[in-house]
Amino acid sequence: MSDVLVDVDGLKVHFPIKRGIVHDRTVGYVYAVDGVDLAIRRGETYGLVGESGCGKSTLGRAVLRLSEPTAGRVVFDGTDLAQLSGEPLRRMRRRMQMVFQDPLSSLDPRQSVQSLLVEGLRAHELDRGAEATAARLRELLDVVGLPANALRRYPHEFSGGQRQRIGIARALTVEPDLIVADEPVSALDVSVQAQVLNLLEDLQAQFGLTYLVIAHDLAVVRHIADRVGVMYLGGIVEEADADALYTEPRHPYTRALLSAIPVPDPEVEDRREQILLTGDLPSPAAPPSGCRFHTRCPWRQPSRCDTERPPLREIRPGHRVACHYAEDIAAGRITAPTGLSASRG
Amino acid sequence: MALLEVDDLSVVFTRKGEQPVVAVDGVSFDVDPGQTVGLVGESGCGKSVTALAIMGLLPRRGVRVSGSVRFDGTELLGLPAAAMRDRRGRDLGMVFQDPLSSLNPVVPIGLQITEVLERHRRTPRKKAMVQAGDLLTRVGIPDPRRRLDEYPHQLSGGMRQRALIAMALACRPKLLLADEPTTALDVTIQAQILALLAELVRAGDTDLGDTDLGDTALVMITHDLGVVAGLCDEVNVLYGGRVVERGPRHPLFAAPHHPYTVGLLASVPRLDGPRGQRLSPIRGSVSDNIPWTSGCAFAPRCPNVLGACTSVTPEMEFGPDERLLRCHNPVPAPQEVRA
Ligand SMILES: Nc1ncnc2c1ncn2[C@@H]1O[C@H](COP(=O)(O)OP(=O)(O)OP(=O)(O)O)[C@@H](O)[C@H]1O
Ligand SMILES: Nc1ncnc2c1ncn2[C@@H]1O[C@H](COP(=O)(O)OP(=O)(O)OP(=O)(O)O)[C@@H](O)[C@H]1O
Ligand code: SF4
Ligand SMILES: [Mg+2]
Ligand SMILES: [Mg+2]
Repeated sequence: MSDVLVDVDGLKVHFPIKRGIVHDRTVGYVYAVDGVDLAIRRGETYGLVGESGCGKSTLGRAVLRLSEPTAGRVVFDGTDLAQLSGEPLRRMRRRMQMVFQDPLSSLDPRQSVQSLLVEGLRAHELDRGAEATAARLRELLDVVGLPANALRRYPHEFSGGQRQRIGIARALTVEPDLIVADEPVSALDVSVQAQVLNLLEDLQAQFGLTYLVIAHDLAVVRHIADRVGVMYLGGIVEEADADALYTEPRHPYTRALLSAIPVPDPEVEDRREQILLTGDLPSPAAPPSGCRFHTRCPWRQPSRCDTERPPLREIRPGHRVACHYAEDIAAGRITAPTGLSASRG
Repeated sequence: MALLEVDDLSVVFTRKGEQPVVAVDGVSFDVDPGQTVGLVGESGCGKSVTALAIMGLLPRRGVRVSGSVRFDGTELLGLPAAAMRDRRGRDLGMVFQDPLSSLNPVVPIGLQITEVLERHRRTPRKKAMVQAGDLLTRVGIPDPRRRLDEYPHQLSGGMRQRALIAMALACRPKLLLADEPTTALDVTIQAQILALLAELVRAGDTDLGDTDLGDTALVMITHDLGVVAGLCDEVNVLYGGRVVERGPRHPLFAAPHHPYTVGLLASVPRLDGPRGQRLSPIRGSVSDNIPWTSGCAFAPRCPNVLGACTSVTPEMEFGPDERLLRCHNPVPAPQEVRA
């Protein structure tokens, strides 16, 4: 058994932009995911970060085959998902579940918690008689920290954090191997986020789950993930162990992103050196040529950056970067013009 | 005298056939000229309603507002609508979380700014247009001449927020209220906007010419403790519609004393902290709160809870380190624990 559970290879998801009333003309594409390679190992948490619209959710959905890839493949536990259909695909699907950002909109308000949970069991023929099912439901509520009387209640009767627990319980009903959690805590109150993050960690330890956690909050991702991939405009620009990524970021975008995050400590804030990026995020419908980051990159070089797309290459074991000049920038051989970074003191 | 004095402000929403909602429950704080004051707290704690009450933007019907909001010595609560509107354009500026909803979608950006200048400063149209261009430059919008003719939907989220800030600053207000101005933005764009706000309110270290704000005061409303830590001179922590802790940012973050503030700081993962440590969440959620009239609203979630907490309402008083606190059993300073 390979230690890789999910292998994503050259994955592209392009959405056609249609115009016209009579004839649906395709006038362009949104390059939501545009050439992603990544591997998620069994039992690890892979964190995916990036700004709004960079393609995180689309990638997550493609991994679960909820959106059809334009190119590339997703291999789950040794099987190429594209080769499956019908019953075998459905059986494979049971092993991967999704937890959504907004627990309320992903739970049917007219269904009681009991019926929400039983539904998952039924869909995969896992309800083995009333007694066994009842025991299973009690067990599920217990592991996610909800009271047993929750079964008769409806989603709106719960707080945001409790609803997220219901969403997690529902994902767990079918005993999955992989959970894709798309912004699992971003709709929650700050004081409640920690409850859900701790729960996710406990469940992983208890059931040996593999996670793909998608979030825009880098502090959250760093906390929960073993490895982190940073996305920018449809591609992964850097991937490393969570510690290395934060202590030794090598891609200019990662460096800018990390430097932009306010830390709840005035001492740190007064010293924090910021790399302020100029300009806005380009549209994924018209991504820049060459390195997608070159329009905002403080280290951009005239030679190759705007013509040649840098591949994601390994600069040391386990650390991959898509920048032509990662080593030169790290060694200080290429410097950013002054005035681009600002201290906040 | 403080520029803005909010005293015992309460806002109750009353709707026929429904339980009244106490959104703000006795909030008090002051803002000095040139000062940046933070209001921080979780969703629903009353931050936005406080801001709307100060600005006189709450609906007239179905709302009970009490207490006092004095600006430059004048009581704003109960001011006639026209007088309040005048104040709003001239002395008080506001920036909201969602810039689209506060910009007029069918009026070009330039015209929206010049309207403010014409109405409140009686600036002639031509001169106002020039000033509007300067303002857009000032807030970092590239190619401002072209942008003046564009409509809000033609700008990106970050640029819209800049345009809104330009509008709020057009009349050089004495006070700028920013309600989650960066929450809807990406973190790299947030950094730009925060740097802009910090620079705009920083007193007289650069000559900003016609758009100099000198000692504009800023009230920064956010749920993000990081934003507060970097920007605010004075921090007010809100819980359940009341301020529960107040202090200057350095001592407050170094040694928070209210159990809620302590809990909040312990529950957020820190980007710069050691990894692999378990987070310490606050138990329960705001739905467990008890009313302030019967004790401390935070009591059901509080690890420091005492018998008095569920029977006696704590008042805002000086606690350890001369910190203003609303708590019967504050968390001692770290060194006191060691001693
Ligand atoms: N079904 C779709 N049809 C057309 N375009 C789409 C579709 N789904 C997503 N997109 C576009 O693809 C791009 C990537 O979207 P995606 O939702 O994956 O981003 P994201 O990184 O998850 O962003 P966010 O942080 O805002 O959730 C966006 O420009 C989005 O508008
Ligand atoms: N028009 C209204 N009618 C009834 N209740 C309201 C109204 N506006 C706000 N509230 C209630 O008042 C309380 C405070 O709301 P407010 O919008 O001030 O919270 P907030 O601190 O700004 O939260 P957030 O961080 O989510 O913006 C909430 O419980 C809210 O549901
Ligand atoms: S490849 Fe060039 S433009 Fe891209 S991040 Fe590296 S230096 Fe910047
Ligand atoms: Mg998304
Ligand atoms: Mg609000």
